[in-house]
Amino acid sequence: MHEPGRPQGQASSQGAIRRAAGALEAEILGIVRTDSQPLSPGEVRERITASDQRELSYSTVVTIMSRLYDKGLLARQRAGRGFSYTAVDEASLAANQMSSALGSGIDRGAVLSRFVSGLSGRDARLLGSLLANARDSSADGPGQPRERD
Amino acid sequence: MWLLYLPLVIPALAGVAARPLATVLEPRQATWLLTLTAVALAGCSSAALALLAAYAAAQAPVLAALGDYSWQVVRRGDPVPSSAGTIAGLALAAAAVAVAVIVRKRARALADSYRRAAQLHSNDTVVVVPGPAIEAYAMPGRPGRIVVSDILLDRLNTGSRAALIAHEQAHLSGRHYIFVAAARLAAAANPMLLPVARSVEYTVERWADEHAAAVTGDRGLVAETIGQVALLASSQPARLRSISLGAVGARSPRVSLAWAGPVPRRVAALLTAPPPRRITLLAVCVVLVLAAGAAALETVGDLHALLEVAQAGR
Repeated sequence: MHEPGRPQGQASSQGAIRRAAGALEAEILGIVRTDSQPLSPGEVRERITASDQRELSYSTVVTIMSRLYDKGLLARQRAGRGFSYTAVDEASLAANQMSSALGSGIDRGAVLSRFVSGLSGRDARLLGSLLANARDSSADGPGQPRERD
Repeated sequence: MWLLYLPLVIPALAGVAARPLATVLEPRQATWLLTLTAVALAGCSSAALALLAAYAAAQAPVLAALGDYSWQVVRRGDPVPSSAGTIAGLALAAAAVAVAVIVRKRARALADSYRRAAQLHSNDTVVVVPGPAIEAYAMPGRPGRIVVSDILLDRLNTGSRAALIAHEQAHLSGRHYIFVAAARLAAAANPMLLPVARSVEYTVERWADEHAAAVTGDRGLVAETIGQVALLASSQPARLRSISLGAVGARSPRVSLAWAGPVPRRVAALLTAPPPRRITLLAVCVVLVLAAGAAALETVGDLHALLEVAQAGR
């Protein structure tokens, strides 16, 4: 992954970054969401500078954006040497939450009723022949009720 | 006294009978019967364990002094070996722990499901989610949600979509997770009831399948949809597609479902006529459950009588 390292500044600036991280995350998320184009960290940084006259280091923006990506709030695709980011829509967020729900330790599978459970190879073959037989019999006698076996 | 062991044996019978019952009974009937049976038998067997432990404890001189009765009389009148009492006590404690664990897990999962269902801002019951998974499930909540992945919806025609939604809707409106959870709790209290719990998981699916068949008016469509989704969701779709087209699959006139998993059994059930309600079978099951209950009650009376004699003998 191409990322030019974490901010190298003194301890005080690291602490400031950490304090501001939540606000910055929200701000960057807002910028990416309102823009229809995928944005690179550089472009996001320019926009922040343009809107509130703040100079953020490039690496800070990269760090926060990759954190947002890790949280599933941003999607990204490779663009040149880095990535460009797009906001994840609400439905995808829901999907991410759901799949993490299914994968996590809580017994969620127990309350979620899945349409189909897993198929073993044997079950799959069985299913294949059941359906094939059904199609044959409905093709043989259209209009006839399905026969019981 | 041997009656006390009856509530411990009947759950094993129920475990053996559960799968055939789940197959032949009408699904709603089967779900109610199996769930109530599981809960009742778990209650009876736990009561029997408690009684065995109580008999053993009643022989302890310390307790006899406290209760002001003669432990010698109890020991003479009581054929329960103290080892059996100890084992029963341990089994009862293990059952209590297992039930507590399951209650906690299920409650957390349910609360989680409600929270997530509420988090989805859409007002629709059906939530379509993007993503690579072939996934469709019902989430209990207020309102409950039906979550379907867009990839799956894309592959289904209008009729199949209606069948799938109707199936999941039946789970939500019938609150099927309560039956499943109750049976699972019973199985936690008495592991011999595990096959009954699994059968309840199967019969609620059948219940929802029959509902979907009634809504769409086409049993064959529901069967096809289940088959299609199951094959899509399984890992080998290419090979299976050719099988379902009849190119590879050897066409056997009779397909044995003896050891089959739930999906082929559901499809097979939908490809035949809807199951009738069977009153006689139902009655037999109810009688067995009542017998277990009566046996447990009878021994409670016995213990009480014995202790009264023991008190008089003091």
